[in-house]
Amino acid sequence: MNPNGTLFMPPQASTSAADVDGLFYFIYYASILFFLLVVGVSGYFAYVYRRQGAPKFTSGIAHNVQLEFTWTVIPTMLVFLVFVWGFGSYLNNSVAPKDALQIKVTGQKWFWAFDYPGGSNSVDTLVVPAGKPVQLTMSSTDVIHSFYVPDFRMKQDVVPNRYSLLWFEAPNEGVYTLFCTEYCGAVTDTTEATWKADGQAKSANKFKQKGHFNMGGVVKVVSTRQYEAFLESSNKMGEGISLEVYGEQLYNSKQCATCHSVNGSAGNGPTWKGIYGRQEKISDGTSVKADDNYIRESILEPGAKVVAGYQNIMPTYQGQLKDKQIDAIIAYMKTIK
Amino acid sequence: MSIYTEPIRQTPAPTARPTVRVKPVMPEHHYLNSPKGIMSWIYTVDHKRIGLMYFFAIMMFFTIGGIFALLLRTELLHPERDFMTARTYNQFFTLHGAIMVFLFIIPSIPAALGNFVLPLMIGAKDVAFPKLNLASWYVYVVGSLFAVFSIVTGGVETGWTFYTPYSTTTNGSVISMTLGVFILGFSSIFTGINFIVTVHKLRAPGMTFFKMPLMVWALYATAIIQVLATPVLGITMVLLILERALGIGIFDPAMGGDPVLYQHFFWFYSHPAVYIMILPGMGIISELISAMSHKKIFGYTPIAYSSLGIALISFLVWGHHMFTSGQSELSATIFSFLTFLVGIPSGIKVFNWMATLYKGSISFAAPMLYTLTFMFTFTIGGLTGIFLGALSVDIHLHDTYFVVAHFHYVMMGGTVMAFLGGIHYWWPKIWGRMYDEFWAKIACAFVFVGFNMTFFTQFILGSKGMPRRYYSYLDQYQPLHGFSSIGSYILGLGFVVMAVYLIHSIRNGKIAGKNPWGALTLEWTISSPPPTHNFDETPKLIYGAYDYDRVMTDGENITFKDVTTVSNGDDHNGNGHNGNGSKRAKIEN
Ligand code: HEC
Ligand code: HEM
Ligand SMILES: [Cu+2]
Ligand SMILES: [Cu+2]
Repeated sequence: MNPNGTLFMPPQASTSAADVDGLFYFIYYASILFFLLVVGVSGYFAYVYRRQGAPKFTSGIAHNVQLEFTWTVIPTMLVFLVFVWGFGSYLNNSVAPKDALQIKVTGQKWFWAFDYPGGSNSVDTLVVPAGKPVQLTMSSTDVIHSFYVPDFRMKQDVVPNRYSLLWFEAPNEGVYTLFCTEYCGAVTDTTEATWKADGQAKSANKFKQKGHFNMGGVVKVVSTRQYEAFLESSNKMGEGISLEVYGEQLYNSKQCATCHSVNGSAGNGPTWKGIYGRQEKISDGTSVKADDNYIRESILEPGAKVVAGYQNIMPTYQGQLKDKQIDAIIAYMKTIK
Repeated sequence: MSIYTEPIRQTPAPTARPTVRVKPVMPEHHYLNSPKGIMSWIYTVDHKRIGLMYFFAIMMFFTIGGIFALLLRTELLHPERDFMTARTYNQFFTLHGAIMVFLFIIPSIPAALGNFVLPLMIGAKDVAFPKLNLASWYVYVVGSLFAVFSIVTGGVETGWTFYTPYSTTTNGSVISMTLGVFILGFSSIFTGINFIVTVHKLRAPGMTFFKMPLMVWALYATAIIQVLATPVLGITMVLLILERALGIGIFDPAMGGDPVLYQHFFWFYSHPAVYIMILPGMGIISELISAMSHKKIFGYTPIAYSSLGIALISFLVWGHHMFTSGQSELSATIFSFLTFLVGIPSGIKVFNWMATLYKGSISFAAPMLYTLTFMFTFTIGGLTGIFLGALSVDIHLHDTYFVVAHFHYVMMGGTVMAFLGGIHYWWPKIWGRMYDEFWAKIACAFVFVGFNMTFFTQFILGSKGMPRRYYSYLDQYQPLHGFSSIGSYILGLGFVVMAVYLIHSIRNGKIAGKNPWGALTLEWTISSPPPTHNFDETPKLIYGAYDYDRVMTDGENITFKDVTTVSNGDDHNGNGHNGNGSKRAKIEN
């Protein structure tokens, strides 16, 4: 395994990466050979047989059975080899080992949510143990997304109402970039955008614009011990701190901050400043008081009552926020005056 | 198989006897000036005028699409926002892609150049259904108006592929854009039907299928795909519109529909469509490489058959766009296999063109420069397709910039280069005047350098993991993105230079004469610009399209290797010159 990458390829960080790169470079060198052949021979002929002097009749050669046979058969054999090789490594990667660790992935405009065995979860940072096969069961709650980790050479579309599977094994600890590679839009916003991810888990409120282009994150490959510690701690999230502080943590970690400000400034969603108890105008013309029930409904079923002047773009958090977490968020909201 | 007919007299040959050169003059009447008046253009059924009208329309859209492309590249100079928002970026790449594909490249060679040259090349007075031909142009205009309408009324940001469920749920003028695509499809079908019938029914006496120029074969194969595949696109677009407007639920998972079904429908058209784009380009290259090196085309039959082969297999490989979509392993395997199969005929063509150069007499005028550029870039485009056809490698490369680079090498490096070569080649026939060769070489150099700078970098970006359709990116990709953007400015400059000297030449260029290239296909036996009815008398095939081993002509005089000079003497432009002592050759067929 090559941890640094080559001219064309990023670092290799999964057990299947070396095989993919092997085939890539096989095709690469064969292609260079054919390219030099075509360009070299054409260039040579073009130079040697350039037009000079008076026009003349040229040779009538238009067939050569041996030559035509050769240049049909050799490329055919080569591409057949490439086909078999590509198909072989594809099949190897399609069936996960039985003992693979199961993690559930949900793609949503524009973040990734991960649910681990035992009930803990995380957003945009997938934590997995090194040296263990991991199987992802993925689905989307809105449009099609695609889960792509270049260093693993892995990609799989994530489709609404359907589960797609992907498995990998990352032998070495490290942090690897995760991208969405199925186009899934962006929100309108005229504020300045900067997107800097430095391989670290990114904090949501750095971005003013959200969309396909920054629906990313990282895969953190850690030791088994650290992995277990992570499961523990994320299960204990919110323990030992006040509900309000926990709510604030969720506001950042669950991506609410991308669309909702707490200082009154405009965003893609209504600001949370003074939200609790506020009288909200709904797009159907009625108005409603933002109490616990309304807020709860807004989080689990955002489309039910859309605030006037906003688009219905908020994703549902059904299944991603537990009751206690919603309570924490509400407690936090009460503090934002 | 011989594609020429023997001349009557086999007298001992004077080798390359110098013939009397006449200074060419413009014919007094030709299709451009008779009949006169704007109405004569609006109601024209002349395939040459319709071809020209198509040419103006597509060049307008090429310019618009190109401006969008340069704006995109400018935004991508830095990862930070340069001047547009993410949403605007998404609209711009959608419009760039949709305009380039549906409004420029699909009609480019068949409807613009093909319309002009196809009847001339087979010695016909016009296409089989001239009124249908005109209708197809108007249908194109109506379709393009819908597309323009959707740009001004809020834009579209679905990508030119309109994938569901994104396209059915996002806002923007998706319906008018897809309706535009639906309508444009009819224009494509009309052209296809017209060409098929024209090729079957209107060939000059003596021109059997295997005497047809290869450009005609390519247009014929393209027409078959246009007629068979485009209806599927039409149906898909209608379903999409119904889904969006009425929520019928075929593609909507919430109603038990299947969003991936849309992808199958879409690529069932759009993969064959990439051959609608490239086959005519291959046809042009076959003509140019032979004519510009005055050399008989190598492997006429394999080239002709491979066009048909490509046309048929291209219907069976759409699944290679969906290797990561979750289709079954079995179908992925079959699609991968067939993809490699369809690659082989293209490879054979490249080898045949290469062998054609052998022992030729090669001119480096602009059409040949574009042909050589095509050989260079199209070979890269084709070879990188092998990476994408290999299952496990495609999993890594799919939807990254590698794919963006690949299809630009094929569509721009292949089709557009062939199109430019064709324009420079037939320009003197279309306008009767030559462009400036010096500036043509400069522009070609800019295009070559700029193109490779812009798009070769994108192979590396993509294989390093840079996803496509990204408004912003990680810092590590900045140097390559920056380089690519600078390349695109050089490329753009090349096109500006080209536009200037081409437009300038329409009025001020040197008069070209009948046959400035010494080419042997039929369109070069008539005056430039051609008379309104193409051929004053039924053309006679006295030599084959590629008989450079035995025929030389400048349009006025013909020298056979083993007979005396004959005149190609229809004198409708009043300047015909009869070679002295000429014997008229006649067909023996
Ligand atoms: C993609 C942007 C986006 C994200 C992310 C998002 N929201 Fe929203 N949210 C909106 C928009 C837009 C509205 C207004 C339209 C509506 O009511 O659906 C809204 C409305 C709300 C409301 C009702 C507000 C009011 O003023 O009546 C609540 C409560 C809410 N969101 C909570 C959350 C929470 C909690 C999170 C994080 C767990 C979150 N949102 C994440 C966009 C977002
Ligand atoms: C001036 C030269 C060109 C430049 C600089 C250019 C640049 C670009 C860029 C930056 C993208 C967006 C990539 C992304 O975000 O995924 C793009 C996409 C695309 N281009 Fe070009 N392009 C050029 C010419 C062409 C031509 C001639 C064609 C076709 C004939 C073409 C067809 C496409 C298509 C189909 C897409 C995909 C759009 C989509 O993903 O929805 N381009 N091009
Ligand atoms: Cu996404
Ligand atoms: Cu395809």
